[in-house]
Amino acid sequence: MIVLFMSSAVILSFKEEKSTFNYTALPKDSVASIAAFKQVYTVLMSARCMNCHPSGDIPLQGDDNHLHTMFPKRGVDGKGVYAMKCANCHQPTNTPGLHTPPGNPNWHLPPADMKMVFQGRTPRQLAKQIIDPKQNGHKDMQKLIAHADDGLVLSAWKPGEGRKLPPMSHAAFKKAWLTWLKTGAYAPAK
Amino acid sequence: MNRRNFIQSGALLSGGLLISFTIPKANKLAALADTADLNVFAPNAFLNIGTDNSISVYLSHVEMGQGIWTTLPMLIADELDVDLKKINIKHGGADKAFNHVIYGAQITGGSSTTWSEFDRYRNAGATARTLLLQTAATRSGTAVESCKTEDGFVIAGSKRYTYGELANDAAKLPVPAKVPLRLSTDWRYIGKGSKRMDARVKTDGTAKFGMDIQFPGLLTAVVAHAPVFGGKVKSFDAGKAKVIPGVREVVQIPTGVAVIADHFWAAQQGRKALQITWDHGAGVQLNTGTQTAAYRKLAASDGLLVQKKGDVKTAFTKAVKTISAEYVFPYLAHAPMEPLNCTVKIENNSCEIWTGTQLPGGEQAAAAKILGFKPEQVKVNIPFLGGGFGRRATPACDFVSEAVHIAKASGRPVKMVWTREDDMKSGFYRPFYVHNVKIGVDKDGLPIAWNHNIAGQSIMADAAILFGPPPAIDDTTVEGVKGSPYLDEIPNHFVGLHTTKEVVPVLWYRSVGGTHTAFVMETLIDQLAHNVSIDPVEYRRGLFKNHSRHLAALNLVAEKGNWNRTLLPGRFKGMAVHEAFGSVVAIIAEVSVDKGVTKVHQVDCAIECGLAVNPDGVKAQMESGIIFSISMAMYGELTFVNGELQQNNFYDYRITRMHEAPRINVYIVDSKEKMGGAGECAVPPTAPAVANAIFAATGKRIYNLPIVNNRLEKQA
Amino acid sequence: MIAITINGKQREVAADPDMPLLWVIRDLLGLTGTKFGCGVAQCGACTVHLNGEAVRSCVTKVSRAAGQQVTTIEGLSKLNDHALQIAWAELDVPQCGYCQSGQLMSAAVLLRENPNPTDQDIDDAMSGNICRCGTYPRIRLAIHKAAELQREGAKS
Repeated sequence: MIVLFMSSAVILSFKEEKSTFNYTALPKDSVASIAAFKQVYTVLMSARCMNCHPSGDIPLQGDDNHLHTMFPKRGVDGKGVYAMKCANCHQPTNTPGLHTPPGNPNWHLPPADMKMVFQGRTPRQLAKQIIDPKQNGHKDMQKLIAHADDGLVLSAWKPGEGRKLPPMSHAAFKKAWLTWLKTGAYAPAK
Repeated sequence: MNRRNFIQSGALLSGGLLISFTIPKANKLAALADTADLNVFAPNAFLNIGTDNSISVYLSHVEMGQGIWTTLPMLIADELDVDLKKINIKHGGADKAFNHVIYGAQITGGSSTTWSEFDRYRNAGATARTLLLQTAATRSGTAVESCKTEDGFVIAGSKRYTYGELANDAAKLPVPAKVPLRLSTDWRYIGKGSKRMDARVKTDGTAKFGMDIQFPGLLTAVVAHAPVFGGKVKSFDAGKAKVIPGVREVVQIPTGVAVIADHFWAAQQGRKALQITWDHGAGVQLNTGTQTAAYRKLAASDGLLVQKKGDVKTAFTKAVKTISAEYVFPYLAHAPMEPLNCTVKIENNSCEIWTGTQLPGGEQAAAAKILGFKPEQVKVNIPFLGGGFGRRATPACDFVSEAVHIAKASGRPVKMVWTREDDMKSGFYRPFYVHNVKIGVDKDGLPIAWNHNIAGQSIMADAAILFGPPPAIDDTTVEGVKGSPYLDEIPNHFVGLHTTKEVVPVLWYRSVGGTHTAFVMETLIDQLAHNVSIDPVEYRRGLFKNHSRHLAALNLVAEKGNWNRTLLPGRFKGMAVHEAFGSVVAIIAEVSVDKGVTKVHQVDCAIECGLAVNPDGVKAQMESGIIFSISMAMYGELTFVNGELQQNNFYDYRITRMHEAPRINVYIVDSKEKMGGAGECAVPPTAPAVANAIFAATGKRIYNLPIVNNRLEKQA
Repeated sequence: MIAITINGKQREVAADPDMPLLWVIRDLLGLTGTKFGCGVAQCGACTVHLNGEAVRSCVTKVSRAAGQQVTTIEGLSKLNDHALQIAWAELDVPQCGYCQSGQLMSAAVLLRENPNPTDQDIDDAMSGNICRCGTYPRIRLAIHKAAELQREGAKS
């Protein structure tokens, strides 16, 4: 489970096709950028990330991305509602044992005003959504880069017993993430 | 048998009137004075009126949610003429006096409590009332005919006595051979009902379940069981378990290794630290896939004769169409909310047990046998049961025996607690069944030939310790096909049974045979109706022409549930009718199937149960059975790979949740028929009604349960 | 020693910090109204309030409750007279009763945060609590009834 985007007051404008973001650490390279995003995409679409970036307001569960069986709702802040707040079951750390709630002190879904849906998104749709400040919680490049090391993002690689890891290491993911962003944050054609 | 011969009254040493029943088999009026310690323990008391005017009613059956904590005292309250709220209600312990009036053993099951105790409890109340009236008459010098009771008082001329004031003298009177029962027009509770007497204690945490038993010195045990049925401990190393803080002791028992600790968590940690080598035994050969294939093959041939009429083979040659169907039903776990547990305290010459059981006498006998005691040396205390559904009526007495073995091995008082996983994996399941049915229909679409074979384990074979060796045909396997009102109308039919043997222990599961037989019969009847484009209600009406109770339930649900109503787009309806435990329940289910996911939105239910003693209680049991059936139909499935059960807990053995629960309307037929049951009766027809609605939605028939295993995209 | 305030009383328990709050409540503090049903936050029978939130005590380490406020079913009201408890009895909600402590503790959070819940709100709040007896229709009615009682109470 990953929630990629925290809200930010910084507003930067990302253009439609390619980023006009003024980041020059690497030369813009649409081929390398798109290749990197395709790597990123495999991680984001893995159960550990996608399950909390559902298309609806109910998170997903398990390596097969089934609807969370208790139907917990996102809530305005992404932290659940009423007696079904995420932290009521999801503890600060993973609960020992198979099929127990995985944990993180900051466990939540994206908030209602910035749902950051992964489920069902094509690589192109997802790439464009991620860099769109209107959809990403107003994140600038700096914040996007920093987000690779967010605590909740990292917890995808400590998912609790019996859960499948994302398809690559966090280091490999971070490298692809940075490459994608730094080479222009291009969106794949499809 | 005139049960009234065995009723007796007596005094408690501490004073008061005690209405009890002696053991019917013994057929003698044992002098109560022989029971010297009656003031502390009156094992066969049904009703006790204290000199302090307290009124206590002891229940021969146990409360596990079905509401008899309210209904049985209602019977006494009406006859005794007291306010139900003034009665102290207690479970009786294990005693032959509490044996089921029909089944012989002391058992709560078969949806039978209210009808089976209707006379006995009313007689207990009426006997007390008669004795109190006589006492008041004598004391006041008034003719007994002019005395009357009035809500806990006897009015004798100008005198007004509380029952408590009369109790001591009443106890000295001989019990009349026959006492008058009140007219139904005088009933204050019967037929009208009452709020549940156990509701308040179940809203503030004070209701005590077996799990809640605590006393100084009591330790908690958690048991490691063999992962395969029939497996045994080969060797084990408890070294790491024993060093866990709180762990006191590790003992081997016949069914595994028990870790005994100061509290549950330490015991559970201790169990995790055990290193056990198991001898799995032959059970490893069990695989659900191969079992399914074997049972399918078996059910494809004619089994041992259950029921037949006419000449099926010839009739098929005259049929205009033949419909064949094969159904597969998985093993099911009862999964009561309170995992099984049992507390045992053994002293020199006695043993005390606290457990939620539907079978107190059986548990008592099992414990006595293990300890080398006489049954009367074992006292069974029964707190509330956190659900039963049949699992707490295990003739093998598995969980109580296990706890007794632990306490015996340890020498200390022990509460054995099973985790949810232990409860799920402990066996005594609803058996795995396959049905194979071939039906021949005539030009009007009516069945003229019906060949039906069932393959499955015998529940009664596993209950032999209680009821003796099972007959060749175990009725619990075939009930619902056997005796089906439809088969009555089919001139040529054959029902056969293949009884199988497996290492998996099996047991009655809420509504027993009806869990599968109703599904087969009711989905097939639906298919026959659709085959000739006749409305399923109309089609059934034709077949129920000689079954007025079925017809009454069907008509009531069709009318009140508005069978012909216009449904919202995407909604579809199905229906089913089934008789079980002396009552007939008819169900209309309204479902949607969206992206292959079935949701049950509304269920209308009518029950024909004769007199509904507590109508709202009957309604509650219909709601309960309906939702239980939806869990069973939608999700219920246990599977085995190399003998190991694959399911663990509610994440892989799902139960209907709030958002999946339908709106439910219940209607009770106003009936003068013989009283039937309620607790289980809604389970059989609900599942097939849902399946029939799914057919209406998708054109797809469900032959394999649970429903979630079926792909339900709408067929083009 | 770990200090927790339980039902308004300060208590100290000698427990491993990893011990689930459920077993501290039941086995060390002797409050048995909170039930063990699944041990893995599936059924909600163990629901208690931790600083007002309906946590599943079977997966909540006691260390999380250290210095915090815990309310169990025994502390939901002093006289078994919370609007939900009254409505529960009025509508004969409980059957076996084993899950009802957890149901009530969940419903109490719903009613506190939303005094006028819709059926959808009830689904959203209560689907983490399993009832094997199937008392859901009555729980639903009782929550509506309790909301009504609460509103009447506020008026008077």
